[in-house]
Amino acid sequence: MDRKEGRRAIEIYINIVLLFFLVATGLAAVLLRNLLASAMLLGIYGLLMAALWVVLDAVDVAFTEAAVGAGITTVLMLLAIALTERHEKRPSRPPYLALLAALVTGGALVYATGGMPAFGDAAAPAHRHVAPEYIARALDETGVPNVVTAVLASYRGFDTLGEVTVIFTAGMGVLLLIGVGARRRKEGGGS
Amino acid sequence: MKDYMLLRIISKMLIPFILLFGLYVQMHGDYGPGGGFQAGVIFAAAFILYAIVFEVETARRVAPMAVLATAACIGVLLDGGVGVAGMIGGGNFLEYGALAHDPRHGNHLGITLIELGVGITVAAVMMIVYYSFAGRR
Repeated sequence: MDRKEGRRAIEIYINIVLLFFLVATGLAAVLLRNLLASAMLLGIYGLLMAALWVVLDAVDVAFTEAAVGAGITTVLMLLAIALTERHEKRPSRPPYLALLAALVTGGALVYATGGMPAFGDAAAPAHRHVAPEYIARALDETGVPNVVTAVLASYRGFDTLGEVTVIFTAGMGVLLLIGVGARRRKEGGGS
Repeated sequence: MKDYMLLRIISKMLIPFILLFGLYVQMHGDYGPGGGFQAGVIFAAAFILYAIVFEVETARRVAPMAVLATAACIGVLLDGGVGVAGMIGGGNFLEYGALAHDPRHGNHLGITLIELGVGITVAAVMMIVYYSFAGRR
């Protein structure tokens, strides 16, 4: 076994371990009735996902996942739990319909993986469309060595502008719905 | 959580480094992993840590809501403005090549400014969302 093969084998073992823990934390987060523990587990889930992205060489995505999925989302979940309740109520009847919908969707997704190109296949359609163009031209055209940044901010500039607008709109929505209203109520002194 | 001395001291020590790391990710996004979005979240995380440890009202005095709302607007306007600046320079909307004499420099400048706009808006919005939720208690 040469070095490249050895590295690949190690990566596969790491992937298996990470995926196992992902499934375990995901299941535990769903099954636990303590919402505080569930929120913590989702934070761990985000961190494991970030580690998986690193193994897949998608460091920019890993960065976002670690900052947003494991960081901010957990904080917001904890805030929401502090505002509501710490324990999940038992449903009045078992959620068979939801279980059926989840099983059917999950089954369809697992079935669909059969049609996907092999893991890491260089000939996969995603790697043959515009990606080679970007990789070949980005440094020359933009002077930015990180291709991901070049694609996001330059070649897909419209998308990024749209994303910023979406985030801005979300922030303003939260501010108008609960931020300003809560302050005014406090100042007014009434209910 | 002001009464926990350990939390207070450790978070006070950590916050400058978190802010510095946020700025590093912002400025270094062209060369390494990261960019405006991640930098904005990390920058906001420092303020959120401060708000968690020292009460939201204290954090509101450091970065008042009005300042954050203005910053969120400035970020979006900066991104849109870079697009319009490209049009004034003789190109299409968001064509950064028209921003400088050398299209390559223009592209680099445009990417830096766009990432800065993204970073400002994301940081401000994350703080707005946290303040709004935490202010309801």
